[in-house]
Amino acid sequence: MTPMHIVFLIVAAVTLFAAGMVVTTRPLMHSALWLILTLGGVAVLFAMLDASFFAVVQVLVYIGAIAILVIFAIMLTRHIAEDTSPQHNKGWWLPLVGMVVLFVGIVVGLSQWSGFETPLPVLPAEANNLVLFGQALTSPDSYVIPFEVASILLLAALMGAIYLGTEGKRGKK
Amino acid sequence: MNFLSDPVPFLTNWLNGLLAGWGLPTVLVHLISYVIGGGILATGAMLLVLFLIWLERKLIGRIQDRLGPNRVGPYGLFQTLADMLKIFIKEHITPEGADKVPYELGPVLSVAAVLMVWAVLPFASSTRGTDLSVGLLFIFAVGSIGELAVILAGWGSNNKYALLGAFRAVALLISYSIPMLIVLLVPVMFAGSLSLNDLVLKQTVWYIVLAPVPALIFFISSVAEVGRSPFDLTEAESEIVSGFNIEYSGLKFGMFYVADFLHAFTISLIFSTIFLGGWRGPGAVQIPILGFVYYLIKTSVVYFLVVLMRGTLPRLRIDQMNNINWKFLTPFSLISVMVFALAAKAFPGSLRGHVLVLLSANALILALMLWAMNWFSAHRKRPVVVSHRRHEIVPNKDVSA
Repeated sequence: MTPMHIVFLIVAAVTLFAAGMVVTTRPLMHSALWLILTLGGVAVLFAMLDASFFAVVQVLVYIGAIAILVIFAIMLTRHIAEDTSPQHNKGWWLPLVGMVVLFVGIVVGLSQWSGFETPLPVLPAEANNLVLFGQALTSPDSYVIPFEVASILLLAALMGAIYLGTEGKRGKK
Repeated sequence: MNFLSDPVPFLTNWLNGLLAGWGLPTVLVHLISYVIGGGILATGAMLLVLFLIWLERKLIGRIQDRLGPNRVGPYGLFQTLADMLKIFIKEHITPEGADKVPYELGPVLSVAAVLMVWAVLPFASSTRGTDLSVGLLFIFAVGSIGELAVILAGWGSNNKYALLGAFRAVALLISYSIPMLIVLLVPVMFAGSLSLNDLVLKQTVWYIVLAPVPALIFFISSVAEVGRSPFDLTEAESEIVSGFNIEYSGLKFGMFYVADFLHAFTISLIFSTIFLGGWRGPGAVQIPILGFVYYLIKTSVVYFLVVLMRGTLPRLRIDQMNNINWKFLTPFSLISVMVFALAAKAFPGSLRGHVLVLLSANALILALMLWAMNWFSAHRKRPVVVSHRRHEIVPNKDVSA
């Protein structure tokens, strides 16, 4: 059990516990805060895999923007002072069955994977990784098309947000 | 290396040798020296805040033609110590119905977000906490943890005004992150790396000379990120009842206060690293401690500018702040990135030609900015308050002559 194994177990346990608390805790604001801890745990896992850029961008984008947006959305759209409604509905057993089946399936599938014994490849010097990543995103025989499609998607979302945001003003005119 | 010219690596090597001589494994030796280094850095930063608070109060006092603190100790130097003792012994009042965990975490995360930045700054040619390859992005990632701290503080206080203040503060912080991050692409384009150490090493010509307009945009956005005047409507006493830190008393409020001042100094450090060449100067590579002195001088100049802005400019309204960000800073940061991408890469060549091309590109953008500001102020809607009508004096008919 190398120290990295122990650290991984601790971080994974914290992340899974936080993920569980996201869906079970009653105050909605606490769910958002547990979600922030989960996302932070994922960022630590990225850092442990030597993907430092992804760890930092995970914190910057997920925690710094998306989680804060989730908190804004919670506070502006619900009366969350007291949540007294029950947390589940009548058909709660059906997703439980589906979840157990899925979990057993994944465990059985993973137990036959041979990748657990292969050691991690040692990546070259970190600064080079960033340059390689940039080149992969923009070179024509690499991933430039998904990159551009993603930016078009973001542009469409931005235009939709502006359209929805100015609806009142256009109605008055 | 000897102690006088290169103290930190000398001491580090001595400590590592001592610990290894006692038989500790190498991993543990490194861990201990990292922990001690981190502790010294954090403690040094917090102790620096004592001096910074005194300095700011004296400077603002002089700007306002008064003396500033001058009673407690020579020149009022121990004033901050007195304030610190007062804050320590105040009672911690937790409001009823406050959410315990966010309420307690707010000040902690606020200070932590600022202190974590100090881990990646290169203080001298041989001294830095760590050399992350994504150091620049790391600084802004932990800045976003600071934004989270504001929301936690506002939510945990169980107070509508604190919540509203926290909303406005976070909206401001997120908005001003955008031009800051976009405009940082320009130094990264010049240096070809996100690591702060590489940024300093590649600055044979300071980036503020090559790119003054992005430096200006970065400076304005940084001052807005800290929440300093003129952007301090989130914490001013006359605005929205002092904002998100209203329900905090004693040392918790002290932590917010410390975070504010330390953040102002930290953005001066970051600005000096990225645009003013960090520790570079004559003889800084051979004698690292000289590099540290240069760094401090440059940071002090920038910090003085920040305090000067605080002492002289009036506060901006929230709609003025939003206007400045979205209608002025963001378009010009995008324009700067596009122009610099063209100018920096399309005309490689001699250093002097490079500098001239970039300076002329800057002048172009600056002219565009000034024209845009003129256009904005000329076309601003000025609401009609009083209609222009002649007022006649009508004699009262009941007054008997």
